[in-house]
Amino acid sequence: MRLVKTPNDLKGLEGIVIPGGESTTISMLLESSETYEPLSKLLSEGMPVLGTCAGMILLADTVLDGRSDQKSFDQIELTVRRNGFGRQIASFERDLIVEGLEEPFPGVFIRAPLAERVGPNVQVLSTIESPDGEGTPVLCRQRNVLVSSFHPELTNDTRIHRIFVDSII
Amino acid sequence: MGQNTTSSDSQIGTVRVKRGLADMLRGGVIMDVVTPDEAKIAEDAGAVAVMALERVPADIRRDGGVARMSDPAMIDGIQQAVTIPVMAKARIGHFAEAQVLESLGVDYVDESEVLTPADEAHHIDKWSFTVPFVCGATNLGEALRRISEGACMIRSKGEAGTGNIVEAVRHLRSILGDIRKITQADQAELFDWAKKLQAPIGLIQEVAETGSLPVPMFCAGGIATPADASLVMQLGAEAVFVGSGIFKSEDPAPRAKAIVEATTHFQDPAMIAKVSSGLGDAMPGLEIGELETKLSERGW
Repeated sequence: MRLVKTPNDLKGLEGIVIPGGESTTISMLLESSETYEPLSKLLSEGMPVLGTCAGMILLADTVLDGRSDQKSFDQIELTVRRNGFGRQIASFERDLIVEGLEEPFPGVFIRAPLAERVGPNVQVLSTIESPDGEGTPVLCRQRNVLVSSFHPELTNDTRIHRIFVDSII
Repeated sequence: MGQNTTSSDSQIGTVRVKRGLADMLRGGVIMDVVTPDEAKIAEDAGAVAVMALERVPADIRRDGGVARMSDPAMIDGIQQAVTIPVMAKARIGHFAEAQVLESLGVDYVDESEVLTPADEAHHIDKWSFTVPFVCGATNLGEALRRISEGACMIRSKGEAGTGNIVEAVRHLRSILGDIRKITQADQAELFDWAKKLQAPIGLIQEVAETGSLPVPMFCAGGIATPADASLVMQLGAEAVFVGSGIFKSEDPAPRAKAIVEATTHFQDPAMIAKVSSGLGDAMPGLEIGELETKLSERGW
């Protein structure tokens, strides 16, 4: 396991995690470090990727309320709205029912992205009520790509990472 | 709603959600801005958040007078201008200012020594808020007292508005040095540490067990160059606040971007050299010994 900051760090990886953070900042640093192109190529070739929160935004094919120059890897058929659940004071925790898991998973949503459109090839693994009362997907998979709008990395529960490692890598 | 929809209730303002946002800012740069245009420059440069305030610390220091919470209209303008988190400062102990900031929907409140304190004995009871708080600290005892009051992020204070890194280094070394010593202490010695640091024993025991603060620790106060950012990151800061250092420099936009890159690639001297080249003049600095007011001495 290693931290990826430059193209050199990508060598020999079997999979990659794009964690939470600010998607605008990550996008800018991907470009300035010249990591965007090589990583984009690896993902298109099928390298397994887990994207949480900002990672989900960077992997979606359409981003709303982002910056016009924001980069996306366009790896999953999703339209996501940045901060779609609201500002920090609306950030929340709730238990999630996840397909394939027996017990609920503790979902931590921080200025989380809202998935507004799901493409036909996307498998939805967990859903919650969105601010407008509709059901909204919060954990999705398409081929080699697993994305969540919540932060499994902020809990000690490794089951989402386990799904990624066992069924995708 | 699909079959995987949960019916359980959501909880807002939990410790995990509050500390979680601080976690998401780790490795990044938070920049002081006084106008929507500056906020845009900060976001363009890759800031992970902005701190909205009326005057940067260098100007507060120069102008004197009572420094207060910013005009809500100004904060609103900055919230409209950027998509990244917006933080704002309240005076130490001024819980009414903090309530106003929470009602504006700011993402983090900084209970800050840069503003004129409103209470000489009490900090804000931060547990009673949904919005998370960041507080400054010069030593481990101060950091743990703030955490016991509900702070979800600590920043070493440094000496704001000076462009001089020496105080930030002193505070970081003090906090992280004491953490290292506490991890070596036996159970009986931990009680003595609690007494010496005037901090709750439960938090001292937690530090001893984990070897770190229970919340992320960032660095503030005096960062003016990419190398300054690299220095404090190598000393153990998890992210940096830059106040006057950007918009009091000769050419703010490239300097802002350079400090962001230096904070990310803090262990790569060749990269620091590259991003430091041709940035123009840094902000003019101040000698700590010649200051009339030391902001870092505010807070208790």
